[in-house]
Amino acid sequence: MAKNCHNDYKMKFSGDEEFPDLSLHNNHMAKVLTKDIYNKLRGKSTPSGFTVDDIIQTGVDNPGHPFIMTVGCVAGDEESYEVFKDLLDPIISDRHSGYKPTDKHRTDLNFENLKGGDDLDPAYVLSSRVRTGRSIKGFTLPPHNSRGERRTIEKLSIEALATLSGEFKGKYFPLNGMTDQEQDQLINDHFLFDKPVSTLLTCAGMARDWPDARGIWHNDAKTFLVWVNEEDHLRVISMQQGGNMKEVFRRFCTGLLKIEETFKKHNHGFMWNEHLGYVLTCPSNLGTGLRGGVHVKLPKLSTHAKFGEILGRLRLQKRGTGGVDTASVGGVFDISNADRLGSSEVDQVQMVVDGVKLMVAMEKKLEKSESIDDMIPAQK
Amino acid sequence: MASNFYRILSSKRNVGILSLVGAGSITGAVLLRREHVTASAHVRRTYPASAEYPDLRQHNNCMASHLTPAIYAKLCDKSTPNGYTLDQAIQTGVDNPGHPFIKTVGMVAGDEETYEVFADLLDPIIRERHNGYDSRTMTHPTDLDSSKLHSGLFDERYVLSSRVRTGRSIRGLSLPPACTRAERREVERVTVDALAGLSGDLAGKYYSLTQMTDAEQQQLIDDHFLFDKPVSPLLTCAGMARDWPDARGIWHNNEKTFLVWINEEDHTRVISMEKGGNMKRVFDRFCRGLKEVERMIQEKGWEFMWNEKLGYILSCPSNLGTGLRAGVHVNLPRLSKDPRFSKILDNLRLQKRGTGGVDTAAVGSTFDISNLDRLGQSEVQLVQTVVDGVNYLIECEKKLEKGQDIKVPAPPKGN
Repeated sequence: MAKNCHNDYKMKFSGDEEFPDLSLHNNHMAKVLTKDIYNKLRGKSTPSGFTVDDIIQTGVDNPGHPFIMTVGCVAGDEESYEVFKDLLDPIISDRHSGYKPTDKHRTDLNFENLKGGDDLDPAYVLSSRVRTGRSIKGFTLPPHNSRGERRTIEKLSIEALATLSGEFKGKYFPLNGMTDQEQDQLINDHFLFDKPVSTLLTCAGMARDWPDARGIWHNDAKTFLVWVNEEDHLRVISMQQGGNMKEVFRRFCTGLLKIEETFKKHNHGFMWNEHLGYVLTCPSNLGTGLRGGVHVKLPKLSTHAKFGEILGRLRLQKRGTGGVDTASVGGVFDISNADRLGSSEVDQVQMVVDGVKLMVAMEKKLEKSESIDDMIPAQK
Repeated sequence: MASNFYRILSSKRNVGILSLVGAGSITGAVLLRREHVTASAHVRRTYPASAEYPDLRQHNNCMASHLTPAIYAKLCDKSTPNGYTLDQAIQTGVDNPGHPFIKTVGMVAGDEETYEVFADLLDPIIRERHNGYDSRTMTHPTDLDSSKLHSGLFDERYVLSSRVRTGRSIRGLSLPPACTRAERREVERVTVDALAGLSGDLAGKYYSLTQMTDAEQQQLIDDHFLFDKPVSPLLTCAGMARDWPDARGIWHNNEKTFLVWINEEDHTRVISMEKGGNMKRVFDRFCRGLKEVERMIQEKGWEFMWNEKLGYILSCPSNLGTGLRAGVHVNLPRLSKDPRFSKILDNLRLQKRGTGGVDTAAVGSTFDISNLDRLGQSEVQLVQTVVDGVNYLIECEKKLEKGQDIKVPAPPKGN
């Protein structure tokens, strides 16, 4: 198996000498890591050579923010979640509402199980989107993978995506091979992803060798999009203007299952297990890895004293329209599911559909200066 | 806490032998006279070298100029005794393609042995960066006898400040791109310990980045001493900012003329400076301080990384040899506008920078002028070059003031 010579060298120093200074830190890793856990895990490595110091580096380098609790660790491969479970299980439990090491996660990509979702008022709901990530079994993850692996992931992805047809017929644009024109078009479509600048990602090693083997694939209709080798092997996105989340979700599930079929044919399934669901780089994305959301106009509701509480009860979160860590513009918010692990894809999109429907109704009431007190939902 | 390091280093005095015992796999008794360094066992590789070879088509740095598929294939499965690999050493050059006008080095060393284990790539880079210096056949002169410097007093109507800096690495501990937290903390401990022994005009105080008070921080900012977490991707992609600000700090003497940075881009950066044009006194203090610090660490069984081929060993190959940059902030309003200015600087083996340091622009007509070279000449020679060169520049400025013409000096012999 792979040898991590550097970790062998590091073992000459004691756990106390190597233990990170986390006194100013506020992230899940810093809350969970103790000297005992560190001492127990520091001598181990996954078969590909990933160690506990590799797992936590991003959390050591990014102390966090008093208000925003980041995860502070990443996986380097599928085995990370097993070899370092003494550290990762408690983090997973904190991040995913008490999910236990013995819990089982349900996967449900049958879009027909979604009720409604085709009737969100387009006067309020400007766009709908569902994204997830997928990791290809047998390869290490973006924090750890070598150029050879990353290129092979790209090659396999291109082959798999090239077999799609009908509404999924599309084209791949490698980041280091696109023309200026193609680049401009992708920027205008809001599809182009850039080299990560967030230190949460760069300190985890995900931007190495940029832009080698990175690219974007999308269907001709521009409603189904795949990012290759950004923060995960694949990020799969289904989106469209307006409020027809049902359609977005149908296309999402259909497309994903087709892609998975193709990868399986090449003997490369996706990383998945019945405890953690789909295995991704960041522990926050385990389970479904799904973020289903809308851009919705809620200028009155968003300034209501109970907005935060309503979101919490509906198990939803708000973001600005630029995505994570951005501010809202003009009362338009990105509203999406807060959960990833412990509930299925259908469950999570259902929560978005039902929750957004309710919030739009509340917004309409507030427009008429009516009270929404009797509409406040119970905790889901 | 010192026990692990003591076992490693107990046989190190004055001989330069480094023994490392790996956890069951690697035993290397490494003779640091450049004869041979045992590379360690194989590293993780499931793809052939050709599949892993970086895409350097957009790149303009020394590493990209000299790396070939053959060299990569030969070196990619090797690592230093501490486990540092070629991929790690070149990562910064892969991630930073460079600029058409500015050629960066594109590679760093993770430890002293990097320069030996990966010599097939580093030797041509060193040759390119250091005017053809060939470490296989040449030796580098070290000379910190500042009494040899002459004419080191500049006209203060032109020279606003004088400064000499270098770096030093503690032998036996990995360099900033690769060091573990324990090693970095040991560098801090060893250095702070040695600095605490300085006295007289060199007596001073240490300010740890993790523990300084707000007032101390503000004072250090006001003095222009405080260094910040590196943001340049040249450094961050090389792993030098890991675990910031753990074990980083600044030491300076009470007079604020002798300053040591700990665990920034090198184990230590040593700076002697003062306002005005007394480069002689700056260099005197520089040499004296460096020798004192070296004596202190040797008393405890440590030494600096140095060998007669490459001089002082530092993280970046561009700083090998003396690691020395001696410079002044000098006002040259007329000369700096003369079209011959750049050529004059070139022939004097000097470079100009803005007054904010590397990659900054000049403010008004005040420039930072310093030596270009680092390796192949001694400290005394390089500082003399700066002294002679700056005096020449001032003479040119004075001539231009009087309406007289100036001459471009001949380039040094052999250039």
